[in-house]
Amino acid sequence: MNTTIVKPENLAAVNGMGNQDAKGIVYRTKELNLWYGDNHALKNINLDINENEVTAIIGPSGCGKSTYIKTLNRMIELVPDVKTSGEIEYRGRNIFQKGYGVEELRTKVGMVFQKPNPFPKSIYENVAYGPKIHGIKDKKILNQIVEKSLKGAAIWDEVKDRLHENAYGLSGGQQQRLCIARCLAIEPDVILMDEPTSALDPISTLKVEELVQELKKEYSIIIVTHNMQQAARISDKTAFFLNGEVIEYTETDKIFSNPTDKRTEDYITGRFG
Amino acid sequence: MKFIDHTKVLQKMKPRLAANLVFKFVFMAATAFALLVLGILLYRVITQGIGYLDWQFLQGLPSRNPEQAGVKTALIGTIWLMGVVTPVTLLLGVGTAIYLEEYAKKNKFTSFIQVNISNLAGVPSIVFGLLGLTVFVRALSLGTSVLAAGLTMSLLVLPIIIVSAQEAIRAVPKELREASYGMGATKWQTILRVVMPAAIPGILTGGILALSRAIGETAPLVVLGLPLFLAFLPKSVFDMFTVLPMQIYNWTGRPQEEFHAVAAAGIMVLLTMLIIMNSIAVFIRNKFTRRY
Amino acid sequence: MAIQETSKHVSIKELIEKKKQSKNKYIRSEKIVPFILLLTAIISVLTTIGIVATLLAETFTFFTHVSITEFFTSQKWYPFSETQGSFGILPLISGTLKVALIAAIVAVPIGLASAVFLSEYASDRTRRIVKPILEVLAGIPTIVYGFFALTFVTPILRDIIPALEIFNALSPGIVIGIMITPMIASLSEDAMSSVPKAMREGAYALGATKLEVAMKIVIPAAISGIIASIVLAVSRAIGETMIVAVAGGSTPNLSWDVTSSIQTMTAYIVQVSQGDAGYGTTIYYSIYAVGFTLFIFTLLMNLLAQFISKRFREEY
Repeated sequence: MNTTIVKPENLAAVNGMGNQDAKGIVYRTKELNLWYGDNHALKNINLDINENEVTAIIGPSGCGKSTYIKTLNRMIELVPDVKTSGEIEYRGRNIFQKGYGVEELRTKVGMVFQKPNPFPKSIYENVAYGPKIHGIKDKKILNQIVEKSLKGAAIWDEVKDRLHENAYGLSGGQQQRLCIARCLAIEPDVILMDEPTSALDPISTLKVEELVQELKKEYSIIIVTHNMQQAARISDKTAFFLNGEVIEYTETDKIFSNPTDKRTEDYITGRFG
Repeated sequence: MKFIDHTKVLQKMKPRLAANLVFKFVFMAATAFALLVLGILLYRVITQGIGYLDWQFLQGLPSRNPEQAGVKTALIGTIWLMGVVTPVTLLLGVGTAIYLEEYAKKNKFTSFIQVNISNLAGVPSIVFGLLGLTVFVRALSLGTSVLAAGLTMSLLVLPIIIVSAQEAIRAVPKELREASYGMGATKWQTILRVVMPAAIPGILTGGILALSRAIGETAPLVVLGLPLFLAFLPKSVFDMFTVLPMQIYNWTGRPQEEFHAVAAAGIMVLLTMLIIMNSIAVFIRNKFTRRY
Repeated sequence: MAIQETSKHVSIKELIEKKKQSKNKYIRSEKIVPFILLLTAIISVLTTIGIVATLLAETFTFFTHVSITEFFTSQKWYPFSETQGSFGILPLISGTLKVALIAAIVAVPIGLASAVFLSEYASDRTRRIVKPILEVLAGIPTIVYGFFALTFVTPILRDIIPALEIFNALSPGIVIGIMITPMIASLSEDAMSSVPKAMREGAYALGATKLEVAMKIVIPAAISGIIASIVLAVSRAIGETMIVAVAGGSTPNLSWDVTSSIQTMTAYIVQVSQGDAGYGTTIYYSIYAVGFTLFIFTLLMNLLAQFISKRFREEY
């Protein structure tokens, strides 16, 4: 077992700089296994994720990093023929537990996808969609939510004059920030980001990265990326996945400067992947 | 400032999930209803008709007496009709499809032909009957012959075969064509020896579907004036004839219950033919579907 | 070894050279073939021209016997009466629309509900089994549905509604509805399935239920395809012949009553075709005038369906 689990109690000691006190754990993954049909995609994953941090998940294509993040809000169940074993505790409660509604989980755990996927509606309606389905009908409150969310996603100034135009008129980078705003509108606890900048140009990427830094003050963020520089720039902790296993999970500074595992080193130095 | 109260959201979740469940069953029930109707229809036809369906029924000529009535003339007539429709639609349909996919330039005329074909598919079948009556029965003096009916039906089902042949041709990968051109083959050689063999399963499937539409249609033939009752068999394509749907229509229209049962037996014969044809189509599709 | 190969190579070249002479034949066919194929393609255009020309010419003759005003405004359709014959198409149109409306009332909810079930709720396996069965339902000859309407649906309805006549608008209307349901279900399902998965994921990730995703994301995104499928299906209902000819009756009347015998445009054409109306009589020409009206109705609806699906096509 090569998995390095940094227990939260050790964390404050290990990570002396910046972290004022021991942080709570949002997600605790225990012995998670996942199969697509016969394909064993995730193998014995054990991973604790802290609140108000950015946790990056890196690894070569097909290593299971996207699968893992989609398991955290059970989006993976939209794929037919998926089986899981083990537990994922979100705020102390196993999300696979019978009676735990996926809808309930997903109102607390927002997600941003690889490609921007706004709805074919106006910018306003895109952001208001979540609050509306969750029963908020008051127009005034909706207006406030839309403004707050768009500001939170650093796109308000660009779209405030055309809130009722179709979201498809925005550029790719703007669409992705709109999707982030859409996710903020339901005031989640955690935001999952599945390679959110892979379809964006460098300038849009930079904007999203700055935004992530801003958002971590209020939210816990888990971000999948195949861009190692990005992980190094924005994350507090990094997990390296390979062939469905966690090879190394520790402070980002440490994993990039002084990896313990040979395979992590090989990947980081660009020897494969 | 927080606008969303997650405990409230949680409270509201229950009715939303309940609505989801209720509607899931409503949607499922609607789908089940459509399938149930098919089941009832088949059950009714079989229980009504099975008593009359025997060798004598297939061999018998139409009769005033339901016990002796048979479908021989209509069944043979339907086969004659297939004999005309098959070559005509295959020739015209595949020819049109090859032209549109391989030769036609992307211009207004081509898109006009294309729009025309899709509109033709939406013209009610009875209107084709009026066309056939004027052009084939009267102007060309073919009368209510196999040929007149066959040509009318061919025009009716032409859009079906054109569209499916086009899809089949379009599905042949460009690489195969390029490989053929790369060896110096001409366009027609490429079409004949590379494109057609690859497209033939799709074309045949479409052809069978078109043919099954043609042998199930009644309305245009009523307009052409095909007899509802005929005691002799056609000897050539210029002879008068009748077909299964016409015979069924005739029996259905009779007031006596017994004839309704005879009609049901006739429907069983017709549906059996259609099932056989469709099974062949499914078989061809599964057997020869190539994955490039 | 090397020498052998070159000699082989040369011989193939020679063969090709030899063949080139006979290739003239190919070159000729290269030129003739597209021309022949063009001719086959033109047949479909000629069919349309033939339909329009036939209907126009015979309808024109009809209007030399009967005035256009009478045709469009008279509320009576009594073609067979020698003395008080009247050719007002409104009763036939009313019969047609009544039946089409009943069919739509049956088919639209059931068809759309099935489409939502198949595209949003059903597993892949269920979908793979159910869709072909629906296509079978769509492939059953209409005379079979007519038989079903007359011998099964009408008796049941007469048990429920004693005032219902043997021939009525309700029974064929319902059965046509059943006939066009698979068309709406299948075409709408196609439209819903082509809504990108990413869009559904976006909504699911916000905690939406399947119902909310279907109603607020998928249906709005697929609405043009859905409406087009309904328009096409209603057009099919308007042109449907055998079900109404068998179960609808032959009493044209201008009313909203669905329990009594009616006659649709198509059923009238059938009635005349089966009768002994001689060539050249007013009645003979009247079927073309009625057919032309029917053709215009369905053509407009088909064009509308094409317009909707082109004009409002969503670009994802």
